Amino acid sequence: MIALTTDPIDLSSAYKYLQSDEAGAIDFFLGVVRNNTAARPVDHLEYEAYGRMAISEMQKIADEACHRWKILRYVVIHRTGTLRIGEIAVLIGVTTPHRADAFDACRYIIDTIKQTVPIWKKEVLTDGEVWVNAHP
Amino acid sequence: MNETVNVLLFGITRDITGQSAVQCSLPTKPNVGTLLGYLKQQYPEMAGIRSLLVAVNGEYAENDTPLHAQDEIAIIPPVSGG
Repeated sequence: MIALTTDPIDLSSAYKYLQSDEAGAIDFFLGVVRNNTAARPVDHLEYEAYGRMAISEMQKIADEACHRWKILRYVVIHRTGTLRIGEIAVLIGVTTPHRADAFDACRYIIDTIKQTVPIWKKEVLTDGEVWVNAHP
Repeated sequence: MNETVNVLLFGITRDITGQSAVQCSLPTKPNVGTLLGYLKQQYPEMAGIRSLLVAVNGEYAENDTPLHAQDEIAIIPPVSGG
């Protein structure tokens, strides 16, 4: 399952979706909003996505993961809009028969999302705001 | 004769232009490279961005990918999801 949502991400419904009788491992990665960046205090984050392409690029990544590892079920959910400190910005969940594949696939999915999926975050600091990665 | 294309903007490029889409009047048979050159000329701040990619109809495109009036064209500044 691939999704973009402006609503808070619900871990327990993702967990229910990932359950499988063939499963030996379920791995989660949660990206959460940190209260600082480069030692400057963060007030909140604003995420924006190019929706149709964010979905299709996340689907490509999930498809490639399923090609590389034996994946029984997966969930990839990215939040957009305004997020407060501690909220979940992204959830990756992978179900596999054995744990090594679950760890590897989960890491591959989040690392590749950060490289190719058209989603942007603006850090709103207590003294300004910054589009992350925008400038050299 | 010029060709007008509609271009979607996100993130820092939306902030620079103050718009989520702009119409660009480009020379005949424009491609991705032509569009990026035009935008950097119109909006000098865009030249300071780490990288600018272009998506055509939802797929990353190369510099020589041709652009047509009916294409969905989007500027992709450096992504920062996750």
